[in-house]
Amino acid sequence: MSLRETVSNPYSKWLDASGPESDVIISSRVRIARNLVGYPFPHLLGYDNADKILYAVQSAIESAAIKEIVGQLELSRMTELSPTERQILVEKHLISPDMLEQPEKRGVVLSADEVIDIMINEEDHLRIQCLLPGLQLKECWDLANKVDDGMEQILDFAFAEDMGYLTSCPTNVGTGLRASVMLHLPALVMTQQINSILTTLSKLGLTVRGLYGEGTQATGNLFQVSNQVTLGLTEDEIIDNLIMVAKQLVTQERTARLALYKEQQYPIEDRVWRAYGLLKYARSITSTDTMNLLSDMRLGVDLNIIPNIPRGLIMELIVMTRPAFLNKLKGEDLNPAQRDIFRATLIREKLNSLS
Amino acid sequence: MLCDRCQKRPAQVHFTQVINNTKKQMSLCSTCAAEMQAESLGGLPQLNLHDFLAGLINHHFTGNQIQTKSLPQVSCEKCGATEAQVAKSGLFGCSECYSQFGQGVQPLLKRIHGSSQHTGKVPRRTGGKAIIAKEIRILKGQLQEAIRQEEFEKAAGVRDRIKDLEQQLQ
Repeated sequence: MSLRETVSNPYSKWLDASGPESDVIISSRVRIARNLVGYPFPHLLGYDNADKILYAVQSAIESAAIKEIVGQLELSRMTELSPTERQILVEKHLISPDMLEQPEKRGVVLSADEVIDIMINEEDHLRIQCLLPGLQLKECWDLANKVDDGMEQILDFAFAEDMGYLTSCPTNVGTGLRASVMLHLPALVMTQQINSILTTLSKLGLTVRGLYGEGTQATGNLFQVSNQVTLGLTEDEIIDNLIMVAKQLVTQERTARLALYKEQQYPIEDRVWRAYGLLKYARSITSTDTMNLLSDMRLGVDLNIIPNIPRGLIMELIVMTRPAFLNKLKGEDLNPAQRDIFRATLIREKLNSLS
Repeated sequence: MLCDRCQKRPAQVHFTQVINNTKKQMSLCSTCAAEMQAESLGGLPQLNLHDFLAGLINHHFTGNQIQTKSLPQVSCEKCGATEAQVAKSGLFGCSECYSQFGQGVQPLLKRIHGSSQHTGKVPRRTGGKAIIAKEIRILKGQLQEAIRQEEFEKAAGVRDRIKDLEQQLQ
């Protein structure tokens, strides 16, 4: 798949709802921050130097070492993409919103299956990311580690013996590793256990955020849990800690779902079927409503209340119904009201095509 | 009984709020209760990570000793970033800054991460002595384990290997 296809296809491997524990864990992600020796960090980087870094990465991905270890990768400069296409990469979680500023300086490297993804000149020169469906943090780390090994044969990364990999922000120093899992926790939210759990997580040195990155609220009961500490622990320790916590959250969510369904069978079934009904028949629907209703519907699928709806379709709908993607599908810039109508049409078509 | 907040709908929920150790109890309707709950969670001012960090950096660079303020402003020889800039943005200017801004950096890292010693991956080609240092750390762990298991022959082997590596470091 070329980048052209990436921005016109809502499907991404991380969305296909396969993978271990995928009834609760949507996806796993590992990101490592690396910087080249001898250049200022991106926020102080001039256009000339930004260009040099893009060239350096280009030559690294074309090297025999990378091709052998990782396979074919493709680099695109942000300027080669339209503003809508850039926004789609954000909606697919392949790049961060920060990448939209100063596009002349930035680029993205993707593998054909969108599993490997390198942001160039974001907060650090390189941010190597791996994204897989379900709980696959170890697999993500192994892959990111391999990409790093390959890159390191060509590029000189800034490293200090005591402090480890040096990054623009001191919160990433050391391993430069940020591992995260995205979880769907409707039952913990409904039973109001979520707040005490979130407090506990922060005591364990973990951060919790909503679906779309820093500072966003959790819509659709989707939560992103990641490690905060990057220095003083080995990569394996960081990954193992997060896996342990993720598994614990899976158990708690499953228990809460069963208890809830047992205690309140009719309210839950009603809620699920109402969500399904609204999604299937509504003529205009906002993005937040969509996220929340899709969350209810997904819970219904997980509890076997609604049969025959693939989980992958629900994830596809989440990405497809984001504003930029709708514009892309429609081929024009829609205003919010038009978008709500088009969104409802699209969801109806998708759900009706199943039955 | 009417809701204490809107005075319109009947009260259905007892709502308890604790602010600065003062307990406040109200009888609320379900609408107001939901709003109050949302406020108490989401209404907190959003803390910007960079601002927060900038505050920390500022403290470590200048806050410890007031007299450093009168000293000439330190800047990085490589990229020209000054302490003031770093403190303001929460970001270092380049990888050299970490050694250029010397004494403030270690305590800062310790405060953020609870440690200032990297124990993770070391780049193979440019890692230098760090590779050996890491191997020594791993071997020392094995040595402890061997002694605990009373496998003294194995322990002696590991000990010799550590000695070799330590000589290479010097």
